[in-house]
Amino acid sequence: MNAGETLGPVTFAVTRADLVAYAVASGDHNPIHVDESVALAVGLPGVIAHGMYTLALVGRAVAEWTGGAEVVELGGKFVAPVVVPAEGAAEVTVAGTVGEVDADGLRALALEVTVEGRKVIGAPKAIVRA
Amino acid sequence: MGIDAALAGRTFPPTAPYAVTAEHVATFAAAVGHPGGGAAEQLPPTYPIVVTFAALQQFLDAEQVELSRIVHGDQRFVYERPVRVGDVLTATLTVTGVRSIGGSDIVSTSSAITDAEGALVATAGATIVHRGEEA
Repeated sequence: MNAGETLGPVTFAVTRADLVAYAVASGDHNPIHVDESVALAVGLPGVIAHGMYTLALVGRAVAEWTGGAEVVELGGKFVAPVVVPAEGAAEVTVAGTVGEVDADGLRALALEVTVEGRKVIGAPKAIVRA
Repeated sequence: MGIDAALAGRTFPPTAPYAVTAEHVATFAAAVGHPGGGAAEQLPPTYPIVVTFAALQQFLDAEQVELSRIVHGDQRFVYERPVRVGDVLTATLTVTGVRSIGGSDIVSTSSAITDAEGALVATAGATIVHRGEEA
């Protein structure tokens, strides 16, 4: 990959079944990710995806774009909930731009993570070994 | 119930050692659709959330905070080396800050993820938001 090159966009469909599977796999059994009545009771707009599920999709996109490059840093701020409907799916879009390789042989990817054009991860950061 | 601001600076006991198995990596990779599955050399980069979450859960239990009132504010992993199948990982959480905004408590944490030899594998910074009754 070359600096300035565009990555994606790639869109992932997220269903409630995905969140149930993720809860089991990750050990994060917060009911706001699987039970609408609990989510509504605590004032959320509905069942929301685990922030870490969305961040995992970023990790997946990075792995696909870089051919499995070593990731040395990954993170972001969960600025808006990804609300997942009972039927159908929420669509998370990840896009990026390749940065320069620094003196340590590391390359930052500038990323955007959105749902219906709205940012869901703020200041997403991925640094890979070039 | 709020979160005590005096917790800032406190380090909680380490989580029980967690053995990374090919089977569990495959389950996690399948759940997030990560390419290569469990056989890949590179685990999903967010895999260390498994031990990070265990540390957060342990913290919430110690403070008697209900999980359903928590949302994840941010998460950042800095990796010293890739996690591998066969690693035995432990997470040790330190509360780095507690502040209140609009009825919610925002708790910043940093968890050191170490291997069986005690070497640092990754540092996981997590901010969790405890949403008050009015939120």
